[in-house]
Amino acid sequence: MTVPLLQLTAVAKSFGAVRALKGVSFDLRAGEVHALLGENGAGKSTLIKVITGAHSPDAGTLELAGQRVVQLSPARAHRLGIACIYQQPALFPDLTVAENIALRLEPVTPLRRVAWPARRRQAGELLHRLGATISPETEVRSLSMPEQQLVEIACALGAGARIVIMDEPTASLTQQEVARLFGIVRALRQDGVGIIYISHRLEEIFALADRVTVLRDGESVGTRCVRRENAAGPKRDVAQSTEAMADAPLLTEAQLIQLMVGREVSTLAPPVERELGDVVLALERVGCAASGVQAVTLAVRAGEIVGLAGLIGAGRTELARILFGLTPADSGQIVLQGQRVTLASPQAAVARGIAYVPEDRRRHGLILEMPIAQNIALASHRWLFPGTWLRFGAERTLALNFMRDLGVKAAGPEALGSSLSGGNQQKVALARWLATRPKLLILDEPTQGVDVGAKGELHRIIRRLAQEGMAVLLISSDLPEILSLSHRLAVMRGGTITALLPNGCQASEVMAAALGQTGERATE
Amino acid sequence: MVNRYFRELSVAAALIVVLTGLAWFAPSFFEPQPLLSRLTAAAPRLVVACGIAIVIVCRQIDISVGSLFAVCSVGAGWLAAAHVPGPLVLLATLALGAAGGALNGGLVAVLGLPAIVVTLAMMVTLREALRLVQQGVFINLPDGVQWFGLPMSLGQLTVCGIALGILLVLNWALGSLAVGRFVYAVGSDAEAARLAGIRPRAVTFGVFVLTGTLTGLAAVMNLVQSPQVDPSTGRLLELEAIAAAVVGGVAVAGGRGRLGGVLAGFLLLTCITPALTYLGVKPYWDKAIQGAIILLAVVADGIRRRRELP
Ligand SMILES: Nc1ncnc2c1ncn2[C@@H]1O[C@H](COP(=O)(O)OP(=O)(O)OP(=O)(O)O)[C@@H](O)[C@H]1O
Ligand SMILES: [Mg+2]
Repeated sequence: MTVPLLQLTAVAKSFGAVRALKGVSFDLRAGEVHALLGENGAGKSTLIKVITGAHSPDAGTLELAGQRVVQLSPARAHRLGIACIYQQPALFPDLTVAENIALRLEPVTPLRRVAWPARRRQAGELLHRLGATISPETEVRSLSMPEQQLVEIACALGAGARIVIMDEPTASLTQQEVARLFGIVRALRQDGVGIIYISHRLEEIFALADRVTVLRDGESVGTRCVRRENAAGPKRDVAQSTEAMADAPLLTEAQLIQLMVGREVSTLAPPVERELGDVVLALERVGCAASGVQAVTLAVRAGEIVGLAGLIGAGRTELARILFGLTPADSGQIVLQGQRVTLASPQAAVARGIAYVPEDRRRHGLILEMPIAQNIALASHRWLFPGTWLRFGAERTLALNFMRDLGVKAAGPEALGSSLSGGNQQKVALARWLATRPKLLILDEPTQGVDVGAKGELHRIIRRLAQEGMAVLLISSDLPEILSLSHRLAVMRGGTITALLPNGCQASEVMAAALGQTGERATE
Repeated sequence: MVNRYFRELSVAAALIVVLTGLAWFAPSFFEPQPLLSRLTAAAPRLVVACGIAIVIVCRQIDISVGSLFAVCSVGAGWLAAAHVPGPLVLLATLALGAAGGALNGGLVAVLGLPAIVVTLAMMVTLREALRLVQQGVFINLPDGVQWFGLPMSLGQLTVCGIALGILLVLNWALGSLAVGRFVYAVGSDAEAARLAGIRPRAVTFGVFVLTGTLTGLAAVMNLVQSPQVDPSTGRLLELEAIAAAVVGGVAVAGGRGRLGGVLAGFLLLTCITPALTYLGVKPYWDKAIQGAIILLAVVADGIRRRRELP
């Protein structure tokens, strides 16, 4: 056996009383995609941060190509060929793409002259290699999320990284972009790069990974093969890896979930037909030139879950932002409970009983310096504290209930937002809006970044809220999810609704409508 | 629990050390009358420090309080000299302070200008305007103004009582009212607060108005302590207030801090000077040591922040 690229042995890391990693061992070989899987708060990001030198482990060893490394710092990890693409691109927004790449690649000696023309050329080449059509002179600020991610990957490529880590890279990518990313990952694997890949989307794991390690509560519960034929792997490794993996049984999705959660999870229940109430929200040719939404006509009734399907970029989030007053509509009319309204700001929307769980919960979803309880109560002051002052008991009870329902893993309701794992932060942000008891609840990709167990629980909560008479507008790119939850499906394309499909329609119909193929059918 | 209040408790501990040292080496420091006088003289500055602390929690800054303090003092002095009844003088001064704060707040919150620039401009403008108008002439106050017309010690107790009362009320409001929660939310992350349905601009505006009003109140509390108004009063008041807030554990980056800590920080900085005098340290060490304390506080906060947000 050849030495692995990276070998972690019995790594432990605690934050105060929280033991995030309790002796995890992990290895990465050249030319493989090694997926890291686990529930929210299992310790995946912490493990990654140990590898990139952002956290120093309390115990355990780290070996790179057989060499023991102590006192790893981010700068040192960078020099040793470890690159990480974080969930949130960590680029300088005011600098150009070329400058960003140059900053990453330039050896850190402050007084050295930067060879700008060469750097610019190099940046262009790297981006070209990735098939990106971004000019190196663009300011990063003006790039979309997936484009920024490409720039990050270009940095990793340019630095000649041997180990590339991707922490939930596909969270905000369209299908085509995911496909392109997969292509890039496979090409990297071909070149003998070792890739650590984190995702909550199991289908991605099966499409991409060679092996998977499952973490649960800071412990590794096992490393398994997901693919026997390492077809895309480099030749020299094929013999070795097939030999090593031949007798290990392959994993099914159900087994993987079982490993992660330690119990069976029923993710999707069949849809239910129910009595619907009055129309809560009626949109009449609503549009907003600035965000490209035009002539949207749609009604949502009390107790109804209306799914908004479509490709990313179809205008679904933009429509939600109109309804929440973030980019107010400039044409058409919005009727809320029989009253014509103008929604000019989030406060106006909140005051009228609209709640919006934004897609981008990582950035401004919660206030990191506030405890969980305060974060959850923040948008519910009106009903939670009917007098003028706060009632800490009520606040705590509310928080405890949501933390239990959504399975928020934290020391308690007093834990600060900054101490939560990414997925748990998302759950808290969700809880904040579920707690507002709105009349209209708009959910934008509610189960993104959330583990499988919590996903099922969230589905149950959404159904229950609808049953209690809430009108729900559900945006989701997860087809099975949206198909099973929605009473009706509106498909958006190019900023407007192109099809309305009834309960029980087929995934193929939705996809066809989303892609703009014929066979559209309107039911109203 | 101890962990949560660690920062405030450590300032309080430092204060206790200084006080113990004083009790040991200079028991005369604790003689009631001089002590009360000292506290009374400091009380107006504590009120301003509370306002500044809230501004900083909201991730803003106001360096115009010193000039506004002078403007309010002179305004109140004019009214009092013209024999306007006391309550009216108080109300007018509060309104004047609030107006100054509203001007700052309007420029910062509505136009979105950086607070440091706005309040710097305000600081210079007010100070220079005052010099132009008043030409450095002191205002003599009529008899009934000093100590609100009360006997001196009663007046002193009143001034101290007002400062303490303001501190308690603001502390309660920050901890127990929804608005207080909003101030922390906006100071931590204004965009996140906006998405949570809070109006960050309104909160920011309100915080500036509050600070202006408190500055007006402080001016009145200061006015009653002497028979004359010095139009150049309030110099470096902003620095003292910011120092007290920072030493008391209010994070310069916004979003955290408690008024209890501000009180401890304020008292610590206020006691250092007499303590040094009593201990026979040369007076020019005084500012250096105060500066060192401020630096220490900022460094401690920096280390804590780095530990918590890796
Ligand atoms: N800075 C911190 N302070 C305190 N606790 C922390 C800190 N960072 C992480 N933790 C805790 O460590 C545990 C593991 O967190 P980690 O971020 O590694 O989870 P994760 O597996 O990446 O989850 P997710 O899927 O939600 O991103 C969690 O319980 C989290 O609350
Ligand atoms: Mg994570």
